[in-house]
Amino acid sequence: MDQLLFAVSTIIVGVFGCVAYFYFSNILLDRIYPASGPNAGANINKANAIRPWLFVLPALLVLGLYLVYPVFSTFLLSMRDSRGDFVGADNYIWLAGDDKFRESLGNNLLWLVIVPAASTFFGLVAAGLTDRIKWGSVAQSLIFMPMAISFVGASVIWKFIYDYRGENQGEQIGLLNAIVEAMGGTAQTWITVPFWNNIFLMIILIWIQTGFAMVILSAALKGISEETIEAAYLDGATPLQIFFKIKIPQIWGTIAVVWTTITVTVLKVFDIVFAMTNGQWGTQVLANLMYDWMFRGSPDFGRGSAIVMVIMLLVTPVMIWNISNAHKENR
Amino acid sequence: MMEMAGTKSRLTWAVNLAVGFLVLLWIIPTFGLLISSFRDRDAISTSGWWTAMSASEQNVIVRADAPDNAVQDGTVWVVSGNVFDSGAGDVTAFGITSREPEAFGPGEVATHAQGYQITVEANGDYKITYTEEPSGSRGQRLFVRAESPPSFTLDNYREVLFAEGMGKALLNTLTVTIPATIIPILVAAFAAYALAWMEMPGRALLIAGIVGLLVVPLQVAFIPLLKLHNNIGIGKGYIGIWLAHTGFGLPLAVFLLRNYMAGLPGEIIESARVDGASDFAIFRKIILPLSFPALASFAIFQFLWVWNDLLVAKVFLGTGEDQVVMTGRIVDLLGSRGGDWEILAASAFVSIAVPIAVFFSLQRYLVRGLLAGSVKGG
Repeated sequence: MDQLLFAVSTIIVGVFGCVAYFYFSNILLDRIYPASGPNAGANINKANAIRPWLFVLPALLVLGLYLVYPVFSTFLLSMRDSRGDFVGADNYIWLAGDDKFRESLGNNLLWLVIVPAASTFFGLVAAGLTDRIKWGSVAQSLIFMPMAISFVGASVIWKFIYDYRGENQGEQIGLLNAIVEAMGGTAQTWITVPFWNNIFLMIILIWIQTGFAMVILSAALKGISEETIEAAYLDGATPLQIFFKIKIPQIWGTIAVVWTTITVTVLKVFDIVFAMTNGQWGTQVLANLMYDWMFRGSPDFGRGSAIVMVIMLLVTPVMIWNISNAHKENR
Repeated sequence: MMEMAGTKSRLTWAVNLAVGFLVLLWIIPTFGLLISSFRDRDAISTSGWWTAMSASEQNVIVRADAPDNAVQDGTVWVVSGNVFDSGAGDVTAFGITSREPEAFGPGEVATHAQGYQITVEANGDYKITYTEEPSGSRGQRLFVRAESPPSFTLDNYREVLFAEGMGKALLNTLTVTIPATIIPILVAAFAAYALAWMEMPGRALLIAGIVGLLVVPLQVAFIPLLKLHNNIGIGKGYIGIWLAHTGFGLPLAVFLLRNYMAGLPGEIIESARVDGASDFAIFRKIILPLSFPALASFAIFQFLWVWNDLLVAKVFLGTGEDQVVMTGRIVDLLGSRGGDWEILAASAFVSIAVPIAVFFSLQRYLVRGLLAGSVKGG
């Protein structure tokens, strides 16, 4: 009950605080530079120059404190050891020689190739197919639904599918093993099978992200002009040819956006590996490795920070691409 | 559209089938766990969830009570009991030797080679009748083929909510989520308006900066901000996590809202300005109401993201009962009760229920927000 009271009162204080800031800062500005009196013209100009900053200031403060400052701070931290002494590039040199780091980097690259590709592909297929049928929107909702499920919830869901009962422990209750046995195969502990367990973890993220890709690509497909498609029909193109040769080339831009968005998600993803294997059996990824170094056992902030900087480095191309795109549009 | 007669119907069939298959593939995992969350522990661990709907057939081998315990009843001695140690079932056949485990129907009388008579009723009651006082401590073996009806229970949810701490975790999650959804919207809306409609130097630079921040991995923030929180005295707690979620959600919020607001018709705003309305009034009376779809879609995003988050909560909140969120609790359960699927399934569904409900009721806005952010100029 106390907690509820605390939460409710903080919401009220926080929200009213925000509103009060905007409200009173504006009134204050109008008092200092009144839009009437002897210097009305100059006052209006001054107030107009300041007012936008009043509006963006809270956002800039929070962004600066929670995203910009940490980038630099973490970078500096990555050049210190666990006791806080300056060690230069030592942490990075250590990283380059660390087996777990290499494994994580390799796995991350695998994730970066497979998950965005598979999600975009399935999203495209789902979008292309659901656009052609009556119950398409229902189907889309159902495929989209995993987006609402937490990575942890999804991990529980899939852990159950991959569940394994040893010999003499009775019937398989995991769907995958039941299917494998029904087809005459041998049941496996899927999440410990080297290399393939990575794929099984990726399937979870693909399952979640496909809906996202589908929704966006479906909108892009609907935006294609009818004329090009009709012209292709008249020339005798088959539906498949139309899809691959007429429609897809027209939505390349959107495909790229979807692809990069999922790429960024992949780089930051931590929960799935954390909940499924915690990096055992050769499934470690950078985000989870970083968590290990920062918060488990004897924390080493320097090494943890160095791993974060590697992740940062990997998203930088996407960042540059994003910025240049946004810049083009604003011109 | 112009399609060839004949090929069209066949193609439509194929498309329908393919979509059906895809949808099935996508919902089966969730569905399976949902079913399991209503089954009892024994049922989950002995049979797949896909058998839960049908009556399950099982072969039970039980040992009847020892002859020593036989009760005299007139001229005969009787051993009686029930073959089902818990729950109910429907006996379809029984037998008294392993060679013929289904030799008799329920209610029929089987005569043992040693002369005593055995019968098992449909409800599982068995009765062994001896004509002379029997002795021995090993009871007769009974082979029973039984059908148990599908049974579903809410016990798992009861246990999870009240004994396993998910109820408390649910409250904690709400405490994290609600302020962490509302505060960034307010802050972002003002900033987005200024960036969309107010004259200011360096505006383009600010926008580019915010777009760049969209992809910054939030992991960079952990150590510096934990230190900061400790230094200013808020430590690990709710205020810290609200601020953190606000910071991590802001780039997307400002980006989405600015895109949307910039697309609003400029004439309205200009004419309001000409009429002498201040920017604050324009924002409040014109921009906010018109931006409702974008505000709603970001609210849903932020809500889902905060509700489903594990990492930020693990870092910025403590591990005590009064701060652990649901995702964290589930991860703990995965470790401590990894094989207890009834607990895991019910826990997962407690945590999934709210976002799914939000998702299905507000899906329209969510999709609109996604499109505003991703399909530019399309």
